[in-house]
Amino acid sequence: MHEHAEVLVDVKGLVKLQGRLPVLRGLDLQLQRGAFVALLGPNGSGKSTLLRLLAGLSRPDAGSIYIGGWKLPDELVAVRPHIGYLGHETLLHAHLSALENLRFCARLYSLHEPEPRIHNLLQRVGLDRRAQEPVRHFSRGMQQRLAIARALLIDPPLLLLDEPFDGLDSDGRDSLQGLLQSGRERSVLMATHRHALAEGLADRALILRQGVVAEDLSLADVPPGTLAARQAALTGPV
Amino acid sequence: MLRDFLRAALTIAGKDLRAELRSRELLGLMALFALLAILVFSVALELDRPGRQDAVSGVLWVTLLFASILGHNRSVALEREHGGFDALLLAPVARGAIFLGKLLANALFTLIIALLLLPLLTILYNLPDFPPALLLIVPPGCLGLAAIGTLLAAMTMQTRARDSLLPVLLLPVALPLLFAVLRASNAALGNLPQAELQTWISLLLLIDAIYLAAGFLLFEYVLES
Repeated sequence: MHEHAEVLVDVKGLVKLQGRLPVLRGLDLQLQRGAFVALLGPNGSGKSTLLRLLAGLSRPDAGSIYIGGWKLPDELVAVRPHIGYLGHETLLHAHLSALENLRFCARLYSLHEPEPRIHNLLQRVGLDRRAQEPVRHFSRGMQQRLAIARALLIDPPLLLLDEPFDGLDSDGRDSLQGLLQSGRERSVLMATHRHALAEGLADRALILRQGVVAEDLSLADVPPGTLAARQAALTGPV
Repeated sequence: MLRDFLRAALTIAGKDLRAELRSRELLGLMALFALLAILVFSVALELDRPGRQDAVSGVLWVTLLFASILGHNRSVALEREHGGFDALLLAPVARGAIFLGKLLANALFTLIIALLLLPLLTILYNLPDFPPALLLIVPPGCLGLAAIGTLLAAMTMQTRARDSLLPVLLLPVALPLLFAVLRASNAALGNLPQAELQTWISLLLLIDAIYLAAGFLLFEYVLES
């Protein structure tokens, strides 16, 4: 990515329609390199739509998106190797084993000597002993763990996470927290409804309401345990 | 550049083949449908011995056409499961490589079904002997079906009515291919003058080239829209 750019993600006036209904209504957002930002907001506020647009899985109807100085979607080809994305779906192939899924991903991204990293990630998400089993035999939580390993495999400078803690047990949550905290030079944008986890991991929180950023909070200025209340004051009960 | 493109395409095709070897969902479904279809044709057409020999080409290609539609629909369903297709779209690979990878796997699946059908048709439709010239027609015929099927399956993937929309779109677009393979197969089976065989195979290859070019050119547009 362009190393001179301090701002990694720069979004201006972003509009996305679902049919005729606007989901994003002129959203502005800047994400600094190395920042960890939590995206909060009620269902339908546009969090997942924003992440899909940033991942290049969807096209904006208006507005501009720059990632690392590259304009999306025109320069998407250049941006793709630098984005890790985990959405509502796990992006896994059910009939392949955990190991095969990660190897397939490594080949698509032309990773150099990926085996040590694959085995290290499988170990860190607690799936090293089940690596040869087809994913369709995995529980929802195990699939989520593998999906996290998949998103991190390419060691992306920008990580887009949509409810990454969904389906995880306490061990899984601890593993993910550890993985996210170990890569603090990476920029992360994480949509979540788990305010306590957001407070523990993120530097900033953006509260979305009706497709725009209603509040941009530095979490250093927010007393612990009050983030949910701050959101509720803006968007109603959470 | 070309090496990366081919590597990505073969990686995607290899993934589909490995998944199918493990599940046998797609080939099993296509094979069962094809077997039942030729049995139904055999009973329904009530043909005498010469009539059966005249009908064999039509039975083969109509069965393969519908079996390939079934295969494409199932392939799309498997790829949509867990967002597997999004994973392909996120990867830094050319959209044409995704098309080629999916196409290679789909063509191979259709070819396997065709190779299973040929000996069965020879027996059930009383062919005096198996015409080897059919082996020149079946691979490009399957390639053409896979090319247009892969493109249209990607087009209908995001629609709610994808299962019913695919055949509605594919059948008219596949008609030129169907016409060429039927004429070529009839020439190979001796129902048309042998001299016509080369002409129809040439036309078949030309239609394949058009479908492939259309697939490579349109696949990215289909995905982005």
